[in-house]
Formats: sequence, structure tokens, C-alpha cells
Amino acid sequence: MKPGQKAGGLINPDQKPEGLISPDLTRVMPYGDSLNDGAVQLSFTLPVPPGARAKEAARQLAEKMGLEQAQVVHMEGIDPRFTFFVVYGRSRHWVDYSIIKAPQAVKQVMSKQDVDAFIRTKFGRRLRIVGACIESDAHTVGIDAILNMKGYNGHKGLESYHGFEVHNLGAQVPGAQVAAKAIQVDADAILISQVVTQKDIHLTNLTKLVEILEAEGIRERIVLAVGGPRINHQLAQELGYDAGFGPGTYAGDVATFIVEELATRLETGTEQKGG
Amino acid sequence: MNKCREAAGKIVQETQKFIEAHTTTSVERAVARLLGIDGVDSQGVPLPNLVVEQVQQAGLLNKGIAYWLANGVLALGMTVQELAVRVGEGQVNLVKLPSQGIQQIREICAGLAVNTVKEISRQRSRREELLRELGEGQQPYLYVIVATGNIYEDVIQAQAAVRQGADIIAVIRSTGQSLLDYVPYGATTEGFGGTFATRENFRIMRKALDEVAGEVGRYVRLTNYCSGLCMPEIAVMGALERLDVMLNDSMYGIIFRDINMQRTFVDQYFSRMINGYSGIVINTGEDNYLTTADAVEAAHTVLASQFINEQFALVSGVPEEQMGLGHAFEITPELEDGFLLELAQAQLVREIFPKAPIKYMPPTKFMTGNIFQGQVQNALFNVASIMTGQGIHLLGMLTEAIHTPFLQDRYLSLENARYVFKTMRHLGEELEFKEDGVIQNRAGEVLLKAAGLLEEIAQLGLMTAISKGYFGDISRQPDGGKGLSGVIRKADSYYYNPFIKLFMRGRDE
Repeated sequence: MKPGQKAGGLINPDQKPEGLISPDLTRVMPYGDSLNDGAVQLSFTLPVPPGARAKEAARQLAEKMGLEQAQVVHMEGIDPRFTFFVVYGRSRHWVDYSIIKAPQAVKQVMSKQDVDAFIRTKFGRRLRIVGACIESDAHTVGIDAILNMKGYNGHKGLESYHGFEVHNLGAQVPGAQVAAKAIQVDADAILISQVVTQKDIHLTNLTKLVEILEAEGIRERIVLAVGGPRINHQLAQELGYDAGFGPGTYAGDVATFIVEELATRLETGTEQKGG
Repeated sequence: MNKCREAAGKIVQETQKFIEAHTTTSVERAVARLLGIDGVDSQGVPLPNLVVEQVQQAGLLNKGIAYWLANGVLALGMTVQELAVRVGEGQVNLVKLPSQGIQQIREICAGLAVNTVKEISRQRSRREELLRELGEGQQPYLYVIVATGNIYEDVIQAQAAVRQGADIIAVIRSTGQSLLDYVPYGATTEGFGGTFATRENFRIMRKALDEVAGEVGRYVRLTNYCSGLCMPEIAVMGALERLDVMLNDSMYGIIFRDINMQRTFVDQYFSRMINGYSGIVINTGEDNYLTTADAVEAAHTVLASQFINEQFALVSGVPEEQMGLGHAFEITPELEDGFLLELAQAQLVREIFPKAPIKYMPPTKFMTGNIFQGQVQNALFNVASIMTGQGIHLLGMLTEAIHTPFLQDRYLSLENARYVFKTMRHLGEELEFKEDGVIQNRAGEVLLKAAGLLEEIAQLGLMTAISKGYFGDISRQPDGGKGLSGVIRKADSYYYNPFIKLFMRGRDE
């Protein structure tokens, strides 16, 4: 028996029931109720009135998206000029899961106690964090979830860690102000949040901040991370950030990344400052 | 309950002494607008800003802009708009014109003021007339937002939402407007996360909603935001363009936008006076506390703030029927019996403010990308609302945590609420809460804690309490934040604002 596997004795886990095949990880497809059925559900609105023609249009559109046996299971006129559809179909597409890479900022999240202990032993001082929701964005829910004492969903924020000194600048903070604050408090890390965005303005905001930090000459010595519903680690790195955090991130993820990144920099001799 | 009202009354009276001794640049710009100034100069700077800045730079705004404008009108024999244009062109300096007699100045002002006040009354009557003619949806009113950033696209979405059952349309503002110390001009076609609150945008949406109201046979209310650095000016625009609901919180800007508290307290007073006179329902923003603080632990701060908002509204002449006091359904779905606590809060608020069209906000904090679960969360919120008879029901969107609503998101949310409201319309009337049960006890506990908190704040004074982080776990200092330089001490009896009397007297009639 393989390690970690449990067997009740009824089924030999190495012997599969007849007809049940394990997924081919080089050709992974959606799973509805049987392997490789490609079952997909989607919903969308078309700017046309409801009717037989609209329904056929939705079906053809789904086929163009790569769905076979597309079925419009629900059609509803939600305005004289707009119709809403729910469509099921079977995707013909597959991906090679075995070669897919999805970089993540943090592999193993440390507990709050471990982060604090790590800071004590590695740095021997409190780490200074500047956080802000920048430029056009007025929604502090994300940055507050990470920074505020109470945190979010039972995960206490960075303010509750002994090892962090937190400066939460709030909403709609201009990039220049973030940079000024970071210089003033000699920040170790800057955390940026972008929650509400339209027409990709968050990308403009985020790029602008990196440019400001570079112009101020502090980009290199600061750990710079960004979080938000549209953010992932890869995108963040492309934009010139050290890390990006998407939905489902808690303070612990961010804390772990900051301390690990700073420790790596300390070990590799990248510029550091004292307490 | 009486203890709460008493303490809140004391808190507001104390703050009111400060408020009545001061004016602000935005109050004076609102007066300039009310006297008939509109438009921008060749650089796009609003004329109300230019006239007020000119007088402020001379250090003479403490007499009120009305005095200087009327003086200019008399000295130069032109209309107040022509005068403002000349100021914009740099041809006139208001404080350097020869002084006219104070009696004449007041007469000129009174004449101009009465015209505007009549126009506002006319809009108010028009609303009443349309409500009589067309009727309206049942409470809780279904309230949805449009937020495309293009006012013309907003119109399409708003009209669609009305056909799907919406009673109230709120046009979300472009992010960042709350911190602008002027009101943008003209139609917005490229906003971010919304359009600017401009008079032209108000006009475009008002017209569109009146059109579709005729089509569906019920009056449709229009909402925008009085919040930010320009509360009174936006209130003026709302009054003139017949908005029906305006966000207007006495403390929101201080806590969540870091606007200076002295500025906000003075601004909210005059803006609420205008809202009150226009028959506009104000919506307060207590729901926001629960986005930063915990909904179970901080429930009493929401109630305490509602009491304070109620008292601030009363002294500004806003009647109870126009007080859309806010709260929200934000308890974590993980908590056992969390729904019971939500019911307790909703019922409590309903009973304490019986005449107020209570504004109930949907779950946002615990919404995730799981839209299917989100639809269930919203359904429970709809149940709590119909069971406790809330007034203004902001629809939760299943895509809350993802993007501004798609056309179909709004449709699905409206369908959800219409179903729940219909099938449970009279459920609340059939049920009584168990004596000494979880719900009753929770309500009692929240009320008791609110009373304790209000008495503490009354002792400290409101400004000190805010600086100690009593609301939303956020602390703000009396001379911190944005907009303090726009707060001016009135020159006692020399200060002149003809509208205060007109708006407050209008209420008694």
C-alpha cells in the first residue's frame, strides 16, 4: 500500500474497478458526471430580443467557444433589447496539466507565532509596513482585511503581530504619498490593494506606483506586494512587484511572504537597514 | 431607548454649537449656486469655486459669499451669473467693489433666494404629483446601482433594471470624487467605477427615469451621493434636478475618507437642510462600519451612530420620514445562529425608528467568487428584510466580490428579491419573537450597549470620541484630514446666508 493511503480491506486500492480510468494528466478536460465528458456551464446576455432566433444565436455562439452539443437550457428576456441565457455544452479542449506552472508567492504559510518568532531571531526588530489602497480605488476592505487588528474571517491582521509596525494609509492614496510615507518611516515593505477597478485602471495605478518608487530610488530596498480580486502572483511580477495575492488571501500569507523575502535578501546581502 | 435619544441629543447639541459658529468654502459655494451661479471658466474651473476663492483669499469669507455677490450685483448692475463670469475672466474683484447699503444687499439676496427656493419647491411638488399619478413600488423599495462610468450606458442599464422591477436607481460616482474640492461639470462618458455627480448627469438620468416610469407605471426614485468635500453643493444640484434619495452621513467622510471632521460637521448641516427642504430621503452610512469592524461585536456602534444621525437630521430640519438610517447584513456565514442575530438587529432598528425608511445593505464582506453561494446569502438577506419590514432594500449582487454588476447580475438579484418578497410578504406579521429568546435577548443587549456607548460619547464629546476610534475602529483627529483650510469662523452677526432661514422656516409651514 502506498504511504498515507487508508484501506478498509474491502477494496484493493491498487486494483481499479473495471471501466474506471484515472485522468490522463497530459490531457485534462472538465468533469461533469464522468471523466472527460467536458461538461461546462456558462451564462451570458446577448443584446437581442428573446425568441427562437436569439436561442439559436446563443447556441451557435457556444459552439464557436469550443463547446459541442451546446444546449440552451434557459432563455429569458431581461429587457426588450436583451436576453439572458444559461448554456451547457461539452468542451472539446484539454490542457496538459503535467507541464503547467503557476507561481505562488508563498508555499507554506507560517502561523502568527512562527512569524513573530522568525522576526525576533532573524531581524531582532519590528518590521515596518506601509499599506494603502491607491489612486482611484476607494475600497479599503482588502487592505483592512490584511492589516487591521481584527483581520478577516478569524485571521488576525498584521497590526496584531508583535513583529510588525503597521501604517495603514487608507483609501485613494496617491502613489507619491505612499512613497513619501515609506521614506519617512523607513519601510521594509509596502502593501498595495486594488479592489474596485474598471477598464483595467488598476494596471495603470500599479505601474505608476512602481515608477514613482523607482524615481525615488527606494524600489530595490523595499518588499513590494499587491493584493486584490484581479491580482495573481504572475501578473504582479510582470508589473514589477515582488508578490501578488488574489482572492482567499489572509494576513498569514502576506506575513509569511514578507519575512521570507526579507530573510532571503538579508542572506544574499541585498541592502538592509538596521533597527 | 429614551436614554439613547437623550444622550445622542446632547452629543449633537454640543457639536451644533461649533457648527453654527462656522461656515466652509463648500457651504459658500452651495450658496453661490443657490443664488444662480453655474458653469465653468475657460480653464474648466467651476465659477462657484472662483468667486468663493477670491473672497477667501482676501480673508473676508466670514461674512458669507451672499453678501459679496449681492454687493457686486448692486455695484455693477449685472446678474449674479454675469458677475461670476467676470470674476472668472479676472475683470472683477468682489472685495474691491464699493460697499453698498446692507439693507439693499439683503433685499437683493432675498429676491434671488426666493426664486431658487421656489424652484426647489416646484421640483418637490412635481415629485408628489408624479407619485400620485403613477404610484410607486411597495416597501422595501428595490434599490440597484448602475456603475458603467458612462452616463449614457448607465441610462440603458437603469431603464432595464426598472423594467425588471427596480424602484430606486443609484448612479455610482466615479472613484475619487469625494476628495475633489469642486463639483465637476458636464456629462461623464469615461468615469472609473461610476460617473461624476454633475448637474448634467443628474439631469440626463432624471429624464431617463421619468421616461421609463411612465412606461412601467410607477415612479422611479433617483439616488446620488452628497458625501465628500462638496456635500452642500451636491445637495443643491440634487434639489434642483429632483433627486429623491441622497447619501448623507454626518460622519462617513470623516471616518472612511479622512475628511476633516470640522469640515464635515459644518457641511453635513447645510447639505441636510437642503435635502430636508427638497423632500429628499437621506441615506446614512452606518453599514460601512461593519466593513472594517466585526458585525457581531460592533452592532451597537451602528445603532449608536443611527441615533446620532437621527439627531443631526432633526436639527437640520429633516423629518423622520426622510431618514433612511443605514445598517447591513454582514455577519459571517460561519457563525451558528448568525441569521438570528441579523433578524434581531433588523427588527430592533425597525422598532426604534418606526417612521424612518430604514436603508438595509446586503452582504458584501463575506461574498466570494462563488456566485452560487452568493445568491443564497442574498436570498437570506432578502428574507430578513421582508420579515422585519425594512424601507430601502439595496440589492445584493451575486458577483459582488468580482466586478460592478453586469446587466444579468442585476436581473438575477431582482428576480431573487421579488420572489422572496412575494412569497413571504406577510410572514413578519404572522410571527412573534419568543419571550426571552435568542433574538429578543440579542436586541436588548445591543440596545443596552448602544446606550452605554452614547453616554460615554456624550461625556467625551463627539470629536474626541471619533479621535479615540469609537466608530469603525478608525481614529481621526479634529485638525487632521482633508479640507480643514476650508473651515471659516463666521463673523458673528455680520455673517449672512439667506437660505438658512428660508429652508428652516419652510419646514414649519
